Amino acid sequence: MTTTIDEDVTAETPQKPTNRQRRAANIADAASGGLKMILLKIVMLAILDAIAVYAVFVLVMNNQWLVAAVVAVVAAAVNWIYFSRRKLPAKYLTPGLIFLVLFQVFVLVYTGYIAFTNYGTGHNGSKEQAVSSLMASSLQRVEDSPAYPVTVVDRAGTLGLLVTDPDGDALIGTNDTPLDEVDAEFDGEKAVAVDGWTTLQFADVIARTDEITELAVPVSDDPNDGALRTPDGSSAYQYVSTLEYDEASGTMTDVTTGTVYSDIGTGAFTSDDGEELLPGWQITVGFDNFVRAVTDPRLAQPLVYVTLWTFAFALISVASTFFLGLFLAIVFNDVRMRGRRYYRVLMILPYAIPSFLSALIWAGMMNESFGFINQVLLGGAEIPWLTDPWVAKFSVLLVNLWLGFPYMFLVCMGALQSIPDELQEAATVDGAKPWAVFRLIKLPLLLVTVAPLLIASFAFNFNNFNTIYMLTDGGPRDSNAPIPVGFTDILITMVYKVAFTGQSRDYGLASAYSIIIFIIVAVIAVIAFRRTKTLEELN
Amino acid sequence: MAKETKQHRSWVEGPVVEAEILAAGLDTEARRRAIADADAGGPGGTEYVPPRKPFSFGRWFRATGWRHIVGIVMVVFALFPIVFVVSSSLNPQGTLTGSNALFSKIGLESYVRILTDPQVPFTQWFANTIVIAGITAVGTVFLGALAAYSFSRMRFTGRRVGLVSIVIVQMFPQMLAVVAIFLLMSAISDWFPAIGLNTHIGLIMVYLGGALGVNTFLMYGFFNTIPASIDEAAKIDGAGHARIFFTIILRLAAPILAVVALLSFIFSVNEFAVASVILIDTEKQTLAVGLTKLVSNPRYADWSAFSAGAVMAMLPVVALFLWLQKYIVGGLTAGAVK
Repeated sequence: MTTTIDEDVTAETPQKPTNRQRRAANIADAASGGLKMILLKIVMLAILDAIAVYAVFVLVMNNQWLVAAVVAVVAAAVNWIYFSRRKLPAKYLTPGLIFLVLFQVFVLVYTGYIAFTNYGTGHNGSKEQAVSSLMASSLQRVEDSPAYPVTVVDRAGTLGLLVTDPDGDALIGTNDTPLDEVDAEFDGEKAVAVDGWTTLQFADVIARTDEITELAVPVSDDPNDGALRTPDGSSAYQYVSTLEYDEASGTMTDVTTGTVYSDIGTGAFTSDDGEELLPGWQITVGFDNFVRAVTDPRLAQPLVYVTLWTFAFALISVASTFFLGLFLAIVFNDVRMRGRRYYRVLMILPYAIPSFLSALIWAGMMNESFGFINQVLLGGAEIPWLTDPWVAKFSVLLVNLWLGFPYMFLVCMGALQSIPDELQEAATVDGAKPWAVFRLIKLPLLLVTVAPLLIASFAFNFNNFNTIYMLTDGGPRDSNAPIPVGFTDILITMVYKVAFTGQSRDYGLASAYSIIIFIIVAVIAVIAFRRTKTLEELN
Repeated sequence: MAKETKQHRSWVEGPVVEAEILAAGLDTEARRRAIADADAGGPGGTEYVPPRKPFSFGRWFRATGWRHIVGIVMVVFALFPIVFVVSSSLNPQGTLTGSNALFSKIGLESYVRILTDPQVPFTQWFANTIVIAGITAVGTVFLGALAAYSFSRMRFTGRRVGLVSIVIVQMFPQMLAVVAIFLLMSAISDWFPAIGLNTHIGLIMVYLGGALGVNTFLMYGFFNTIPASIDEAAKIDGAGHARIFFTIILRLAAPILAVVALLSFIFSVNEFAVASVILIDTEKQTLAVGLTKLVSNPRYADWSAFSAGAVMAMLPVVALFLWLQKYIVGGLTAGAVK
């Protein structure tokens, strides 16, 4: 900035503008915007409203009344804000706020909710969905079922069965909609086509065999009536479930073995001897996930070492990158040295490369049997860089040092250069030794600038997903733990792996871990804000 | 930077003057050397060194020579993975072992392989990444600048609360809520498949949700340094708030907008966790997701094809970074971390 006026904006009078001033401002606004801007505004709002109306319509069709109401209220508020002559700050804040609230604030709150549910593989729908899914998965062909002639039909990618029942009536149904009577075209005794549906030709039937054999069209609304399935696409047989659902008592009975599974409040039908029928359904489980995470020894142990390692990783990463960066900044902060620019550019290259690529490249180089480091640099050594719990921790720190030192180098270089030379000259003349000059004068001044960045760097490394996930994938894996967790996992990679990798997904437990990170980060944030007084200085 | 230095100077006016008076007696050249020696950690900080002394290796080494050794060691450390990946990308053979002899064979076969392999839609990933990161960067700058403008130039109830909440929200990365984001997006795709799971728009929307928290503060600080008298002059000339924002503030704030756009771009290129759960189909994925899955087992992967892809993927980002280096370094000290 070349201007010399450094007027503080807070100096503006915070008093409410008088009516005259407001009118003047309105006139100014109207004069500047012009007709084009107003038209543009109306067009934009019209598009937005059209989308909102469509969204509300779709949501109401899906019986999502609450979401529909929220969309309607937000749309109305947006219109009100932009058509109002006042609400100036809101005009500037609304677009960003909508995204912020939905994708940052709401999802964090929602994480809190999921942490109190059993959401995950086997528990990801309502009880009705669980019942129909259980019934469908245990279908067995009725021994003396008559063969129903069928035609496979398609509507917008959804397959249906056009069935001719023994009375000669045509019925149609899909996986989700039970059989219902329709007017169809007949070819002899068999219904072959119906309005609104495309009849599949023989070649299509062959091509989509897998989908067709998976079809199970419920006979009626009552799941106990069973379903029709076709093994070949031309005739269907009646299947009934080996499970029988009694809605009154809420129990499932396996008719072949006579076992009774009842709803005991755990989100799945459970027999007396504890056997669960999966899929179950989603329920809130209170603090179960948290209790499980800290009391089940097979889960508590990983949680403890992962948490400790997360802190160690973040602290050591900040310390190692800072000290290396500071050392290099001191070394290269000497005007007499030639070619400093070239060293600088070459040394910041690791920072310019996207970190996921760097970590993947290092993972290749650190491969135990084929990697460059073992094979070439160490002449065929067999150092388990990524497969031994402790060596892998060292490797992760080394790679993170490689990734992070240029940042600290740049930051320290900037901070050092902003310390005036006269200070050093004065101290030297007063007889201070170089080390004393550095320790008593330069370092304190440097830390003033750099301390907030060190805290930010700690917060970043605390959730440094890429380095860990791309380099070791958290491995080597801890085979004692029932969840996919390894010895170099940090909390955030553990959340991701529990939720999205492995045999079963456990969203509830993963969210509980997220909440634990959330609390730790909040504590760090409070300490950081207390220390730096950032919040007090805001104006 | 210049402004900052000036500020520092003004604090230390007293001691500086004192030091200059004290130093005035010494020959300037000798003083410079004395300080330099002291700085280099060499002995005899106060020893008088006569000018025009013949070149001495020891003296040179103590002053700057050892710095070059540190520099060379660090450059080797910094560059050897890069040299390795460039070398293996030029190796026509596929495996990791085959890549170990650096620059033993040179050929562009790996580049051809990764660009044409029907199983690996590399060009598609590349395009997806550019589109997603590009739109996110533009959107981030726009949303952040709008919010920063209102915080910087307007006084309204809830302003301080708003600023404080933005500072607090930015402590909690979106990644923490990756599970909830996935479930929210899958709920959205039940009703509106066009913006739900497995769509680029969906992913961009999620990224924009994180935009306000991280970048508004950076821009707010910069906007505050633009004198309000410029706005007032414009207002007197009849400009409305929208015109002041678009034609004056945005122009004057171009450097910080460039920094925010670049940091946002690099962030989206690098982002894996959220992108990997939202983008399901291989041809919809970004480079981070696609390339990571490609080498999930480096032993069996086509390592040189991956290397070729990695080199092509890093080139634009590195070029952009080095080109805008000056601005980024300024932005870094304002609190952005990779």
